Parts: sequence; structure tokens; C-alpha cells
Amino acid sequence: MLNKEGIAKRIAQELQDGWYVNLGIGIPTLVANYVPSGINVEFQSENGILGMGPFPFDGEEDADMINAGKQTVTLLPGATIFDSATSFAMIRGQHVQLTVLGAMEVSDTGDIANWKIPGKMVKGMGGAMDLVASAENIIVAMMHTNKAGESKLLKSCTLPLTGVKCVKKVITNLAAIEITPDGFKLLERAPGVSVKEIIEATDGRLLVDENIPEMIL
Amino acid sequence: MNKVFKNAEEATFDIKDNMTLMLGGFGLCGIPENCISALVKMEVTGLICISNNAGVDDFGLGLLLKKRQIKKMISSYVGENAEFERQMLSGELEVDLIPQGSLAERCRAGGAGIPAFFTPAGYGTEVATGKEVREFNGKPHILESALTADFAIVKAWKGDKFGNLIYKGTARNFNPPMAMAGKITIAEVEELVAPGVLDPNYIHTPGIFIQRIFQGDNYEKRIEQRTVRPQRNVE
Repeated sequence: MLNKEGIAKRIAQELQDGWYVNLGIGIPTLVANYVPSGINVEFQSENGILGMGPFPFDGEEDADMINAGKQTVTLLPGATIFDSATSFAMIRGQHVQLTVLGAMEVSDTGDIANWKIPGKMVKGMGGAMDLVASAENIIVAMMHTNKAGESKLLKSCTLPLTGVKCVKKVITNLAAIEITPDGFKLLERAPGVSVKEIIEATDGRLLVDENIPEMIL
Repeated sequence: MNKVFKNAEEATFDIKDNMTLMLGGFGLCGIPENCISALVKMEVTGLICISNNAGVDDFGLGLLLKKRQIKKMISSYVGENAEFERQMLSGELEVDLIPQGSLAERCRAGGAGIPAFFTPAGYGTEVATGKEVREFNGKPHILESALTADFAIVKAWKGDKFGNLIYKGTARNFNPPMAMAGKITIAEVEELVAPGVLDPNYIHTPGIFIQRIFQGDNYEKRIEQRTVRPQRNVE
């Protein structure tokens, strides 16, 4: 089974040289720590950064330099700053090649819900709806089940949607899964996890071939 | 026309109850701190505030929320403010949550004379409820209308008496598109400089969009999520 770092590590294997990548809050942010050597990507933060760097050294933080999670960050050489309208022109205009974000639910048709639990939690969608509506390549990073042990990979989402038919892959603590026209397709098992465990933890349609390889991290 | 005002109190003197305001900033970064303080003191109420976020409980727009001066918020993300969530879930506060890119573009469109536009963001979700859907290039889009405001209030790093503005770092965010969309736009700056000091090649917001400008004081610039690496090794 993977922890959060493991999920981020597996997602980092999807990165391709020259891509512009938007990482959401939470597990997705960790992907930046595992960029494979020889691959150069630029991270976009939707509040207005291309070329985002690591957190600043203690004492060097700047209130005027934050990421979309409101965390203090730094810029790498060659970075640029822009306004929110320009930022979403990059996103909506499909200039960003990969979006990685968290989710509360994903359906086997690629719908995603991650912004609202009616009557309980309303934080807002932030930039997620713009990102999922436009990005060609969307990977969801999340735990396979919720705290109550219920599957987050469903036939159809029960929570208000963030976007429809948009998710391409889901990387969880248990598996790497692709969204196909016929539902979820199991690509890889997390280390030490059996196919049976994955089937039991998945509520939506799940295609399982005969030999499912274990992830190599 | 003189655009220079002495302070926030003077620049906001004619903001009245029930007006619609746009306020720049992302989280607590790049928010017009001085004008928000002035609005709290003025005790104007029934405000409709268009702002990406709603501040935190004791800073930014949270200060106006706490005193119940805001009737309605138009935002994209409000997760950092417990009082906001309480007022919204109890129905005391009207809230219109809209995708961040649509919010930015609706402000930009409002300032650019584009009454509405189609965007794929929000299609198939509750955001699309009641909105015209049209397909372009085989993909469904929803019609979003432009936003304008009685007053847009923005914060910049440097400005001059013509209203030309330069922002610093990610404090730029929503400020430029909102600066374009106010019937009256007030800019508060950390430093009001003499004309000619700002290089015309590096102006972010041309002064034509700004009606009032003043140099603010005592910027707290609170950091919401202070995240650091351990101190650099000193050799």
C-alpha cells in the first residue's frame, strides 16, 4: 500500500519533458518533490506563477510570494508572474499539459466531485472547475476509500460535481487506474496489494486483465 | 483631474450601503488592507463583495463579515474562514460560488466591454444551472456574464499620480482584472512615486483604469500558510 508520498512518486512517473503542470492542494503538491531526473517541467500555480520553486528557507519567506494553497514559495530562474485572468487563459486555452488534483469521489465515466458536501462543507471550487473542464490530461491523487472505508471510485458520483467525463487516471494508495469508455481499468497494483483487495475497494465498473503488474517506484 | 487622495478614509468617502464592491487579492496576498479597515470604521452595510476569497476570521474581508456588513459574497474559494462558513450554512449570508477562472474573466470582460462569454468551466455541474449551453468544436460551453462594480478596490506595490500601477510578486492576482471593472476604481499603493519614476515598459495597470489613488500605511501583509525549509547552512 502507498502512503501520500508514494502516490506522489507514482504520479511523478507520468511527467513528460517540457510539460507545464498544475498541481492541486494536498497530495498533488508533493509530486514536485519526485520529478524524474532528465525531465524538466514547469509548475504553474493558478494564482499567477509559472516556474514555481520550493518553499523558502526559514527567514526568507515573502508575504507577496505564495502558491494557490496560500503557502509561501519561491521562484526558479526564468519564472514569470501574471494576473488571474491571464493564468486561467493558460489553463482554459490548454497551454497547461497536466493537471493533478485531489478528489472526494471519481466515477467510472471520469466525473469528479471535490468541492462541496451539501449542508456540511462548502469551501468552493476555486480553480478546479476551470482546470478539469479544459486540461487534456487530468490525474486524480487520492485515497481509494474514505474514512468510513467506503469506496471513492464509484459508478456515479453522489456529491455535487466539479466536472464531467474529464479524469484520465486515478492514482490511489492501492492502485493505478485508467478511465476507459468501459469504466475503470486496473493498470497497476500498489506494492503488497492484491487484485482482490482493489476489486473489493472499488464500487464502479472495474476492468481487470489477467496479469496486473505491481508498481515500480 | 486630481486622482491622489490622502488616505483610505478620504478615498472611500462615498461608498454607501448596499453597493457592489470588487476587492483584489488572493487569500490575504495583495488585499487592500487600508480600504478594508476604512470600510469597517465607516460601518457601511448590505455590501455585495466580489472577491476570490473571504479573508480569515480576523483579517481581510473576515473583518467585514464579523461585523455583518456583507450581504452577499461572490467568490471562488472560502475555505479559510469559519465565520463565513457558519453565516453561509445558516443562510445569513448569500453566497455565489463561481469557478476561479470564470470569476477572473467575468471581471476582465466587465472592464473590457464584453458583456458575456462562453466557457467550458462548470458545464454539467450546478454552476451551469439556468445558463445557456452551446457547443463549440464539439465541446459544450456555458454562457457567463460580465461583472462590474460600483467600486473596485485594488492594492499595488507602486503607483503614480496618473494611476499607473506595478504589483509585486503574486500580490498581482485579481487586482489587474478588477481594476478594469470598477465604475470607480480605488488603488492603494505601498509607495506613491513621482511621475516618470515608473518605467512605462513595466506598468501592469495603465492609469486610465484608476480614478483614485493613495499611499497606504502600516501594511501588515499577514502570511496565511507560512511554509519554509530549514535554514540554509552557513559555511
